[in-house]
Amino acid sequence: MRVDAIQNGIVIDHITAGRGMQLYELLGLGELECPVALMMHAVSGKMGSKDIIKIDADIPVDLDVIGYVDPGATVNFIRDGKLIEKRRIEMPKMLTNVIRCRNPRCITSVEQELDHVFRLTDEENKVYRCIYCETKAKV
Amino acid sequence: MRSIIDVRDLSIEEIDELIRIACDIIDNPGKYSEMCHGKKLATLFFEPSTRTRLSFEAAMYELGGNVLGFSEAQSSSAAKGESVADTARTVGCYADIIAMRHPKEGAPYVASLHAGIPVINAGDGGHNHPTQTLADLLTIYREKGGFSGLTVGFCGDLKFGRTVHSLINALARYEDIKIVLISPEELKLPSYVKRDVLKKNKIPYVQTTDLEDAIPQLDILYMTRVQRERFFNEEDYLRLKDSYILDPKKLVNAKEDLCIMHPLPRVNEISVAIDEDPRACYFKQVLNGKYMRMALMLKLLEIL
Repeated sequence: MRVDAIQNGIVIDHITAGRGMQLYELLGLGELECPVALMMHAVSGKMGSKDIIKIDADIPVDLDVIGYVDPGATVNFIRDGKLIEKRRIEMPKMLTNVIRCRNPRCITSVEQELDHVFRLTDEENKVYRCIYCETKAKV
Repeated sequence: MRSIIDVRDLSIEEIDELIRIACDIIDNPGKYSEMCHGKKLATLFFEPSTRTRLSFEAAMYELGGNVLGFSEAQSSSAAKGESVADTARTVGCYADIIAMRHPKEGAPYVASLHAGIPVINAGDGGHNHPTQTLADLLTIYREKGGFSGLTVGFCGDLKFGRTVHSLINALARYEDIKIVLISPEELKLPSYVKRDVLKKNKIPYVQTTDLEDAIPQLDILYMTRVQRERFFNEEDYLRLKDSYILDPKKLVNAKEDLCIMHPLPRVNEISVAIDEDPRACYFKQVLNGKYMRMALMLKLLEIL
């Protein structure tokens, strides 16, 4: 399967196979009007199989979301058909309004205006906890 | 601007200093009686509390300061839908320090981000209650002379009991502590506390359902109430509430210098027959709580 190269935009590469759809949804890519391609289980020399997302527009992408869903993914920034920057994404220390706290006893459950903020408390086990109630995020 | 939301906000050195100040207040109350002259404490209690609110108020009065506030959400603007952030910002214009209790976890933290004055968490749902932990630590210190080498038993509701989680967190930072966890299966200490606190700090611990069997080895026995308000299901509460009741018979094999603690209020988990036993320390905890709150307010107001 082939997807054409893009001229100006972003390629999120080396996504762990199967996580592309979650990333697509959390980044809100379905709401964009520009061409977006999600390829799942593409053949990869290094990884065996991987997911890839191509966004054919110069739009800002929340790198924290990528670092949260799949640390280790790479983001390639394309301008005029050329790769101008390649960035490997690490887990962000804080996540703001990416995921929501599900604890019904948390203050965020009653105060609608509060940001939902999670802090990385255990990098090894990829644990994020709500900064208000310390409830663990469901990844 | 420093606030205390969680006992982990304080280093061991800071806790030691608070204990030293509290002990000095106990020995020399006159020295402290006007230290907060002209200062105002706002007690913002969005849910009922007798002990904690009165303790904060008594603490501020004994330091020569004044108190304003409310004792239930219905008598505050929260009843009109005001946010915690707005309430905190408003009160920050009137008072010098806030003590806040709220049924929702994290509410005092939100207040601390907006008040512009120090906020002390006086209990946020089942989450944190740092000044209770400070009262517990002062009690242990005064009864045992320190923390190292102690075997501390926690009994009752170890799942929802915020005082238990908080005290375990604080004790885990001291050396040579052993923990005994006594609870019914349904109310065991959450696995994340065991993993993130006990195992991480290499604190030896055992879990048991048998209170009598565990008692002889204990230096401290921390009893807790099975709290009705932490259950979504009334049936579960009724089934578990009488799981562990401490009475004189269960103390037959206990150490002579055992220290029996309870964050209070109790329902029936400690028989009143134990109240006169010299090992009963739960009313001393109440008094110690006031002294630690005095010490904490003096530090947060940067008077000491």
